[in-house]
Amino acid sequence: MTDGRYEAADADPTSEGDAWDRRVAGLLALLRHRLTGDYSVDEFGFDKQLTESVFLPALRPLYRTWFRVETYGVKHLPEEGAALIVANHSGTIALDAAMLAVAVHDEHPAQRFLRLLGADFVFRMPGLSEVARKSGSTLACNPDAERLLRSGELVGVFPEGFKGVGKRFADRYKLQRFGRGGFVSAALRTGTPIIPVSIVGAEETYPLIGNIRPLARLLGTPYFPVTPLFPWLGPLGVVPLPSKWLIEFGEPITTEGLADSGDDPMVVFNLADQVRETIQQSLYRLLELRPDPWSA
Amino acid sequence: MSERSDVSKRRGSAPRIVLVTGVARHLGAQVAARLVADPRVERVIGVDLTAPPDELAPLLEGVDLHRVDLRNPEIARLLGDEGVQAVVHLAITTAVDYQSGGRGASKELNVIGTMQLLAACQQAPDLRKLVVRSSTAAYGASFRDPAVFTEDTEPREAPRGGFGRDVLDIEGYVRGFRRRCPDVVATVLRFAPFIGEHAGTRLNRYFALPVVPTVLGRDPRLQFIHVDDGLEVLHRAIVERHPGMYNVAGAGVLTLSQAIRRAGRVTFPVVEPGLSAVAGFAKSSGALDFSLDQLDLFVHGRVVDTTRLIEEFGFEPRSTAAAFDDFIRGAGFGPLGPHRVRAAERSILESIQRIRGTVEGDR
Repeated sequence: MTDGRYEAADADPTSEGDAWDRRVAGLLALLRHRLTGDYSVDEFGFDKQLTESVFLPALRPLYRTWFRVETYGVKHLPEEGAALIVANHSGTIALDAAMLAVAVHDEHPAQRFLRLLGADFVFRMPGLSEVARKSGSTLACNPDAERLLRSGELVGVFPEGFKGVGKRFADRYKLQRFGRGGFVSAALRTGTPIIPVSIVGAEETYPLIGNIRPLARLLGTPYFPVTPLFPWLGPLGVVPLPSKWLIEFGEPITTEGLADSGDDPMVVFNLADQVRETIQQSLYRLLELRPDPWSA
Repeated sequence: MSERSDVSKRRGSAPRIVLVTGVARHLGAQVAARLVADPRVERVIGVDLTAPPDELAPLLEGVDLHRVDLRNPEIARLLGDEGVQAVVHLAITTAVDYQSGGRGASKELNVIGTMQLLAACQQAPDLRKLVVRSSTAAYGASFRDPAVFTEDTEPREAPRGGFGRDVLDIEGYVRGFRRRCPDVVATVLRFAPFIGEHAGTRLNRYFALPVVPTVLGRDPRLQFIHVDDGLEVLHRAIVERHPGMYNVAGAGVLTLSQAIRRAGRVTFPVVEPGLSAVAGFAKSSGALDFSLDQLDLFVHGRVVDTTRLIEEFGFEPRSTAAAFDDFIRGAGFGPLGPHRVRAAERSILESIQRIRGTVEGDR
């Protein structure tokens, strides 16, 4: 055995050693960049280096092995320039947002970063707010959304908000109300296309069967989830169930020539409804493709 | 028609007699010195509550110094008698001076002083320009605010800190003044925190601490303005014609932890409720003083858009990162400077190679 290994190394004396050398050197260089502050952060707090070298690699096993995510219609994402990605929200904690970001970066040839719009709550929490900002998220408000879109970013939004993530398992895959349609006005004013996205699989990760309101109020969270495993199994209950995920990027809905209608509630609500209906229909279609939530 | 364009041209030209408030401080003294050096300006009058310290004396050569309390009607007489054409209001204190009466006194100086000064300006016959130093603290800082403030952004929450509220009051008075005296060109400059190689600002002292306290779980986005660039913008606002309100900051962003790492220093995260205790201790030991303004800034950060400044002034301040580099040049690196980190990296790589070399040699 020792001989065999020695021979293998002998046959190609440098390549293996060099690969490891390079890896160690690369890691040390990254560490040096981090320790000396030698990286750049954009005005929203997005830290590209940290996202590429820490956040995305940490999420990838979850994306590939645990949830076995399959994507459809990635070609609908633009190679460059802005687009507003509107998706359904579910799964008690917003794992779907993280998986969507991995899908956009890893499945698209241009390896684009998804700039998510998050709720107030996210930016109120210490720790969470920093991870959110560094991974490219910002507060869901029109000035930020329009600023990102104007600078040509891919912006992701979940208009259902907490109504979506915090809904009961019995209501799974039923789209909730779409708020005031602020995302539509942002797209209209900047003339960016809206890409409807449907995510199937997140609903089964933490099936929400109850909500302990007093605890939620005590912790200042929108709800305190009760799932078949949480809080009964303690830390083990935090492990998401390994459901099969499908993500479909729909055809872009153009908003060109409607820049003046950004404040017209009629146009805004109609477009929001159209997006909502598109996502709902494609959710039904995806569910037929995936009759068994635990399939391979 | 030609007469009117003549008038506007005259208004656009540099004022000959300028009055600067707050000359007993670094910023005021430096602004006054630049005005003295400008051949277009014939006379510079410097005003402050206290006599300038000796270290500022070289800067204030050629400046006509007056010890005047702005809350006193004396200032109106000075403006009229001297035929002042431009007033530069810099006597706005960001820091609470505990020696001279604390927060109440500094609010009095900031707000009442500005009120009186503007009332005096209203009566000054020759006045045609007013430049007021303000601060981006006017935007406050909260988790519900947009990531980037433009001059038109209304803060979602009024600033919690005393200074932020003072600044909003002051800007309110300037708006009123502008309504009453539409002929006077009024410029309000909202400055990001000043930093620089030799600037004795509070921020400089904070980043020069060997162990820098931060808020646990928060890494605010910060922006700075280099003192020299701030002076340039102030000077241009005085000698050129730029009515309106402008954010003044260096482009780009440094997060607090990134800035501390760049300075080679060590962060010391404190939980938010514990920070006020640390602040109290620091204050009593005289190392630095914190107010709610700073606390909110260090929790939520603050970033402004400077497009309007760059377009109107035709001047782009150096970036936040460059301004901070200049500060490091003055302050020096802390224990974790880049040379040490690089040396550590090299020694680790070398020792790995050495170990591998011996292991492979044994085989």
